[in-house]
Amino acid sequence: MQPEPVVYAEHLSKRFGSFTAVDDLSLSVQQGEIFGFLGANGAGKTTAIRMFCGLLTPTSGIARVAGFDVHTEARKIKQTIGYMSQKFSLYEDLTVAQNIEFYGGIYGLSRAEIIDKTNRMLEELKLEERRHTLTRSLPLGWKQRLALSVAMLHDPSIVFLDEPTGGVDPISRRNFWRIIYDIAANGKTVFVTTHYMDEAEYCGRLSIMYQGRIIELGKPGELKEKYGLKSMQEIFVHLVGETEPADKPNIISSTENG
Amino acid sequence: MRRRLLAIVRKEFTHIFRDWRTLLIIILMPILMIVLYGYAITLDMRNIAFGVIDDARTPESRALVEAFTENGFFKPLGREVNRQEIEQLFMRRDALMVIVIPREFSRELQPGKRARVQLLIDASDSNVGTFVSNYAEQVLQLYNRRLNGSIPLLYDIAPRIFYNPDMNSTYFFVPGLVALILMLISALLTSIAITREKETGTLEQILVSPVHSREIILGKVFPYILLGLMNAAIILISARLLFNVPMRGSLLLLGMLSLVYVFVALSFGLMISTVAKTQLVAMFMTLMATILPTIMLSGFIFPVSSMPEPLQYLARILPATYFLIIIRGIMLKGVGLAELWPDSLILTGLGFFLVVIAIRRFRMRLE
Ligand SMILES: Nc1ncnc2c1ncn2[C@@H]1O[C@H](COP(=O)(O)OP(=O)(O)O)[C@@H](O)[C@H]1O
Ligand SMILES: [Mg+2]
Repeated sequence: MQPEPVVYAEHLSKRFGSFTAVDDLSLSVQQGEIFGFLGANGAGKTTAIRMFCGLLTPTSGIARVAGFDVHTEARKIKQTIGYMSQKFSLYEDLTVAQNIEFYGGIYGLSRAEIIDKTNRMLEELKLEERRHTLTRSLPLGWKQRLALSVAMLHDPSIVFLDEPTGGVDPISRRNFWRIIYDIAANGKTVFVTTHYMDEAEYCGRLSIMYQGRIIELGKPGELKEKYGLKSMQEIFVHLVGETEPADKPNIISSTENG
Repeated sequence: MRRRLLAIVRKEFTHIFRDWRTLLIIILMPILMIVLYGYAITLDMRNIAFGVIDDARTPESRALVEAFTENGFFKPLGREVNRQEIEQLFMRRDALMVIVIPREFSRELQPGKRARVQLLIDASDSNVGTFVSNYAEQVLQLYNRRLNGSIPLLYDIAPRIFYNPDMNSTYFFVPGLVALILMLISALLTSIAITREKETGTLEQILVSPVHSREIILGKVFPYILLGLMNAAIILISARLLFNVPMRGSLLLLGMLSLVYVFVALSFGLMISTVAKTQLVAMFMTLMATILPTIMLSGFIFPVSSMPEPLQYLARILPATYFLIIIRGIMLKGVGLAELWPDSLILTGLGFFLVVIAIRRFRMRLE
């Protein structure tokens, strides 16, 4: 028998008025997995992640994270997860150190813990000299790595990363994925969304989302075998009939509201 | 938990002091407002135009008209007025008052007799009407005294206006202005404090952490209390320096109750912040909800007791109503907590009520 999944959904749906953003989603993710959501803008990735994080209430269906129900135990979920939202959400007008201090504080870390973590984190990120610079003036790639580290400050066992590498160059993206692998190697579960095809290849397992629904789910290797195709790109085109979503103008606009 | 609250408070302070431009606006805006409104709103009138119908045409009647013109309150129309055009004068607002001096005026100015003068006053604005009539009364008394010298007057009504003997309306209005500006700026400060984070997306990152709504709301109130208090000091000092408003009561008491008032205003702003989606909407809602009610209903201009009953109920839930009683009481009458405790208590209650509402209304989800 398999151990209990850390992220679990059964017939999960979210409607905004008459519009269904997430439609009958079912999945289960085991501990230590790197699980990906691949989909174009507006496919419903953010909405699904927000439901797992307790930020949105599902319209129907079941969802459990770390064994806690998203309807009734959102508070317990929040203690266990890290979350990096799609929009860069560190304070631009605070320094690097002040951001770390603040997010450490709202997770209830003590001063000593915060100082210790700050030092270690800045060393890892090679940001020691930038400790007192305003976050605003960091390059985007560094901002994203900083945001990831901040999301991991309280040592969560599951992290949700919503398009963490949006808008940066392939080299920065590869560096970022190296960190994701490190996180998973420590036994933590990573739940990541992307609309980059090359990143889809990096995931342990992934689901392809289209118009709120999961239209395919599996390991990249298995999927390639199943369809007899060489890359995720080809599979995506085959299934959705579109080119790489990132290259297309947004047909359905992405949202950053809540 | 204390740590989470402290983290929010500390972060808010950093925002405030980093953003020196906003800080400067917060300091300068009240001064600007008090100067602008202070000079514009004062109801003391000068150069009130008046017409004269002088049927007596004697040296005494001319002296009476003269008395009206000499102190700057009144300004003669500069031409003859006849009875038929009085109504028109008022309608066109060419004059606010017409003096009718009867033919027998000089004859009746003898000892033992009473001279009669008729004053027609346009009281379509009842406040203005009252002011004009008060001034005219003073002028007539002056004339009387001058004429009679040591001869005892036939009548001697000496109205004594308490607390504000010069009838200086500035004294009356400046405390009201303090209440208005303090409410407006404090509420504006916090109304955008949460909506700003909704717009930048940082609120989502906070909501996904285990903070409680009470920690978020209180963490936003505390830092701004300091700013609000600084604001109160600036407003009070400029009111004192610019308009010489007296300070008859305890400054400490006024400071403490201003703190309570600031707390109420900040909580109100936060309540708006929990409902509004954008900073612009929040600012607009705050302006609508503070300026007009405070000016119209709090007793700023019209006494609450003379308002229609439904409006009186409305006035009773306005924080400014209570603060006005407090600040006028302390500054103009020099009263203390012994007299002001009911108003102070209600004001404090309002503050706690609003904070609790803000906390309960605050959504821990994105919907
Ligand atoms: N709060 C909301 N109200 C109404 N519609 C929304 C809301 N949030 C998202 N949507 C809609 O749901 C769909 C899915 O959005 P989203 O989950 O952000 O997709 P993705 O993250 O895959 O780009 C979009 O069409 C979007 O417009
Ligand atoms: Mg998205």
